[in-house]
Amino acid sequence: MRAVEAVMECLKAEGVEVVFGLPGGANIPTYDALYDGGIRHILVRHEAGGGHAAEGYAKATGKVGVSLGTSGPGATNLVTPIMDAMMDSVPVVFITGQVKTELLGTDGFQEADVIGITMPAVKHSIMIQHPNEIPRALHEAFHIARTGRPGPVVVDIPTDLSRVDIPYEPITDVHLPGYQTFTEGNAKQIRQAAKALAAARRPVIYGGGGIINSNAAAEFTEFCRTDRFPVTCTLMGLGAYPAPDPQWLGMLGMHGTRAANYAMDEADLICCIGARFDDRITGKLSEFAPRAKFIHVDVDPAEISKNIPAHIPIVGDAKNVLVKLIAEYRALDTEAHRLDEWWQRIDGWQKQYPIEKSFTDSEDTEIKPQRLIQAVYEATGGDAIITSDVGQHQMWTAQHYPFKAPRQWINSGGLGTMGFGLPAAMGAAIGCPDKTVVCITGDGSFQMNTQELATCAQEGIPVKVIISNNGYLGMVRQWQELFWEKRYSNVDLGRFPDFVKLAEAYGCHGVRLTDKTTLVDDLKAAIATPGPVVVDVSVTREENTYPMISPGAAARDMVG
Amino acid sequence: MGDPGTKDRLTLEELEASGSIRTGRKHILSILVENKPGVLTRVAGLFARRGFNIDTLSVGPTDDDHVSRITITLDGANHPIDQVTKQLHKLINVLKIRDLEPSETVARELALFKIAADGTQRAEIMQICEIFRGKVVDVTKRSIIIEITGTTEKVEAFERMVRPFGLVEMMRTGEIAIARGRGET
Ligand SMILES: Cc1ncc(C[n+]2csc(CCOP(=O)(O)OP(=O)(O)O)c2C)c(N)n1
Repeated sequence: MRAVEAVMECLKAEGVEVVFGLPGGANIPTYDALYDGGIRHILVRHEAGGGHAAEGYAKATGKVGVSLGTSGPGATNLVTPIMDAMMDSVPVVFITGQVKTELLGTDGFQEADVIGITMPAVKHSIMIQHPNEIPRALHEAFHIARTGRPGPVVVDIPTDLSRVDIPYEPITDVHLPGYQTFTEGNAKQIRQAAKALAAARRPVIYGGGGIINSNAAAEFTEFCRTDRFPVTCTLMGLGAYPAPDPQWLGMLGMHGTRAANYAMDEADLICCIGARFDDRITGKLSEFAPRAKFIHVDVDPAEISKNIPAHIPIVGDAKNVLVKLIAEYRALDTEAHRLDEWWQRIDGWQKQYPIEKSFTDSEDTEIKPQRLIQAVYEATGGDAIITSDVGQHQMWTAQHYPFKAPRQWINSGGLGTMGFGLPAAMGAAIGCPDKTVVCITGDGSFQMNTQELATCAQEGIPVKVIISNNGYLGMVRQWQELFWEKRYSNVDLGRFPDFVKLAEAYGCHGVRLTDKTTLVDDLKAAIATPGPVVVDVSVTREENTYPMISPGAAARDMVG
Repeated sequence: MGDPGTKDRLTLEELEASGSIRTGRKHILSILVENKPGVLTRVAGLFARRGFNIDTLSVGPTDDDHVSRITITLDGANHPIDQVTKQLHKLINVLKIRDLEPSETVARELALFKIAADGTQRAEIMQICEIFRGKVVDVTKRSIIIEITGTTEKVEAFERMVRPFGLVEMMRTGEIAIARGRGET
């Protein structure tokens, strides 16, 4: 069979149901095979939209996403989603067309060295050199993307090679001598960790996106409840523990709650599971959690002791480690009331600084953006899959929409990619057709991949886009206000475009909301409208996201 | 959004103070990699990206056609070396890494020196060459080329000795290294 037909067989063997992409000269052969290859293809309007949609699909379902692009500009348009998937450990296989082999290295038409360009942004990449290699390379790509710490893999196929007839036999094993994953977790270290937890007086459990990736939310929750451990999660980890809950402190980090950040600051033991002590968590590294010892569980050995030296390092998959940790902890005698004093202190912070008090509601009908998020929570019963873009609205969503379940919250954390929200929602909606999928975005971010509204309209993908419209690149404006003497340089977006008309032009339903008194009902009505809907919500123009650890400052110096 | 800074200017001194310039002992990493296109770029790119400085690098075949060996020497306190090896392990084409213990390793490099030498100086240079067990590989009226093999320290010592005569050119391969004893490197 032709190599491209073998590609289809491999995709099916990997359980792929849908791929996202856009054709061009170099990958026409692949598209020819897709024509009747038995795999659903979503025609996006920009390759970046396809890449982020594949990420959204992967994050919502836990399966590997697949994104296609042609050579040259098709491939370079994928660079941002590739990097995004790398930073947030999202399993996506990117298959790019390449110019024919005789043109390689000659600056041929639409030639781009995609392997070279993406090298720092991939978990792995494979340049096909012989058509017979294609099936094995694809299976290797899926295996690498999915296992260990998940991530993006690029497979670049020169167009002439994809047209050759090759002998195809299903491949059931992959052999990668240089690829090892460490998933079990050292039993002795786990026992040590349990003992340290049992001895701690001021412990905090700090969970991250690794828990979601490892499908370990239930185990994580059970572990936190083996005792009255205070729990916090990173932006990427939200949903790993059901919020709200008496043990839940809220998100930690730059825009986290005071309770979570202060608890980290005063903790004597921090148990980090599937997170990586990113600078948005630690603030000033030298003043981060100065009294704490650290247990660090991660599937990627390179994360352990990268930023913070771990006292008890455990390399392993979160789920495996948690199951063992629960058993070890339960086997220990623990003092019943040893955490009471710690909880008194935490309760004090929670009472004094609840996240609901991080803003004041308007006195008139104006919609405060935080209030908007609360209203979305009410209107969706807290059950929707929420994607977001990047900026203030993203932080407000993380703060004011308590996520109950894993894979309910999909956003771009590590790279902070504006334009992620809509295509990611599209991918999530295709992966989870029974769920309500809402994209909470800003008027700036939304304009970075608006073209995908056409995809939604054509395919009938019923995403509900809610624009927190402040007429600004709000987060940058906030920083200019706070740190740059209010010199608002190039952050005013005016009130362009008219999003309602834009939605209609794209064949979607559009509504504008301006009144807080009817907000929840209006949102309910918009969300209940079939098909893709754009809700343009006018919110307070100059509202700041608080509380906040100023960049480079320590957690105890939170402001706002 | 990255670090927003403030409107206050940063001084160069502050910038330097915040950078951690590490000077630990020398490390020799012996890395077995799959012999595939682009592997060296991946290794070199990783060093560049993570801010690890390579002192010398040499690449060559091994007794197995599918496997090449990259030998890298670098200077580092222990912490970054740990990160270096962990990050290298994440490259799929990297098969094995050894951070060779200096006392249990034989390391050698080869260097060629072209030294300005007219009649009067030639004898003296050749004497130095003999002390270092070097080889004269070419002589012209006004220059002489000497080949030296040995440890980096030896090559550097030789360089110091001949520099005053007028060093026209020098080329070094970078070290290759092999573990002592019967075990494999
Ligand atoms: C592609 C990209 N360009 C620039 C930025 C820098 N940036 C971070 S937040 C932000 C403003 C986002 O504005 P908007 O989407 O309107 O959201 P808001 O902050 O107003 O809620 C910008 C420009 C980014 N994160 N991504």
